Amino acid sequence: MRRQFDSPIVLLGARLLSPYIMVFGWYVIFHGHYSPGGGFQGGALLAASILLMRVAGGRRVSRLQIREFATTPLAIIGVFIYFATGLTAMAMGGYFLDYEMLPLPGLDPPSLRYYGILIIEVGIGLAVMAILIMIFDNMVKGEDYA
Amino acid sequence: MKALKVLILVLFAAVLIYAAGDLPYRGDPDNLMHAERSITNTQVKGSYFIQNAYRDARTPNMVTVVLGDYRSIDTFGEQVVIYTAGLIALLVLRRTRTIRRRLEE
Repeated sequence: MRRQFDSPIVLLGARLLSPYIMVFGWYVIFHGHYSPGGGFQGGALLAASILLMRVAGGRRVSRLQIREFATTPLAIIGVFIYFATGLTAMAMGGYFLDYEMLPLPGLDPPSLRYYGILIIEVGIGLAVMAILIMIFDNMVKGEDYA
Repeated sequence: MKALKVLILVLFAAVLIYAAGDLPYRGDPDNLMHAERSITNTQVKGSYFIQNAYRDARTPNMVTVVLGDYRSIDTFGEQVVIYTAGLIALLVLRRTRTIRRRLEE
């Protein structure tokens, strides 16, 4: 597809906004213990920051960020983080996803649950981000968007 | 036929409005779902979550504890649903070479 427009203003605005959206996404994930937020919302924000660069910059710029072939493995890693946390707890003698049994030394059970929730939220965020980017990449595949 | 549709809609709305009359008032602390024990004298799940969320996981946000700890298998299912939806979108939207060749013929 031919380039429809090549505006430096759009690219500059996207370059200015994208890192802040990404930082806010990580903030929403990691601050979900204290404020509204969590893995799903933070993952959507992370995907928004990357998709903004993809829409504004086109294929040439988006190649510098997450490549197209890397999205599916990232989604698998996100699901695997969640599943492995539950499986580790089960292997250490607890129930599935019983964070008290996670092998982190020097922490009492409430703190273990705290960090267990944090780990799975990161996994959810990664999976949601990768899936959203994957859907976008496959919708515009073969065309040089922007 | 159109009159029948409208009649069905009006009847359904009447049923819903009639049923809404039995709902408890919003924010009333004496509601059944706010009670600590249910009518069968067992502890209500919600009151257990409210009272013990911070003690169990040392996390001030109760919703995060319910989503990530008490109902974590449900959240795992949600994540798998999103993952499966992404894979289905990949399969549907992916442009393979054979399909393109078939379209060009």
